[in-house]
Amino acid sequence: MDQHNWSWTLKRSFPSRRNAHLESMEEILGQLTELGWSDRELFGVQMALEESLTNAIRHGNKCDESKHVAIECKVSPERFWLRVEDEGPGFIPEHVPDCRKGKHLEACGGRGLMLIKAYMTTVEYNDRGNRVTMEKVRGEQSSELMDVSS
Amino acid sequence: MPETKRIKASDSGGVTVVTFADSKIIDEDEIQELGQELYDLVERHDHRKFVLNFSHVEFLSSAALGKLISFEKKVSTHDGELILTNIRPEIYEVFAITKLTKLFQIKDDEADALAVL
Repeated sequence: MDQHNWSWTLKRSFPSRRNAHLESMEEILGQLTELGWSDRELFGVQMALEESLTNAIRHGNKCDESKHVAIECKVSPERFWLRVEDEGPGFIPEHVPDCRKGKHLEACGGRGLMLIKAYMTTVEYNDRGNRVTMEKVRGEQSSELMDVSS
Repeated sequence: MPETKRIKASDSGGVTVVTFADSKIIDEDEIQELGQELYDLVERHDHRKFVLNFSHVEFLSSAALGKLISFEKKVSTHDGELILTNIRPEIYEVFAITKLTKLFQIKDDEADALAVL
């Protein structure tokens, strides 16, 4: 990944206020548009940005404005790479119930992680569970997305 | 029809047809407002049959999906009916990934929905 020729990078942190992520998100989407990413591809990237950043603000830092969300992003005509870290205690992704099954289908939350996984090529969490790293390689589809596209 | 900011509601033969004011439903304050406006149609104005027309909607977050699920539950508990229509392929994909296609009744367009309500 480090050898990749990135066109643009962003590193910033912001206080955990509702909607504080929107400006960074628009900036990243604007860069990808200039690099030729299609509307359809941008939809998936926006979903991953929206869900990971609001998870960090809302669930990680509990909307505590004294805590920050750190964001690092790299983009190129071929790849989108994102790392989001909050100051919360972290969580265990495997313990989050599958939103598609049983009573969880009707739950009002719990879909963000599934959507990130569906739209990204790779998604990884650190051991503490307060940092997520994801990458989208253009032209590669996750199994979740292939299941619904077929 | 009541004054609303996030939705536009109209009557079609006893069915309330709702369109959305925002093309991107992501702002959390706006999502709260949207939910309240939908709930009010059921609780304060006694509407029971709904078509939610998504033709203007280009993007929605999982928080917005949560609000739609709450609305669906509210309509059901009041013995009402709800159909979603005019969903563009990208948005339909979100419903399909999360299997919400099993929870919501979805039709291609308003005419299809009105025919069965």
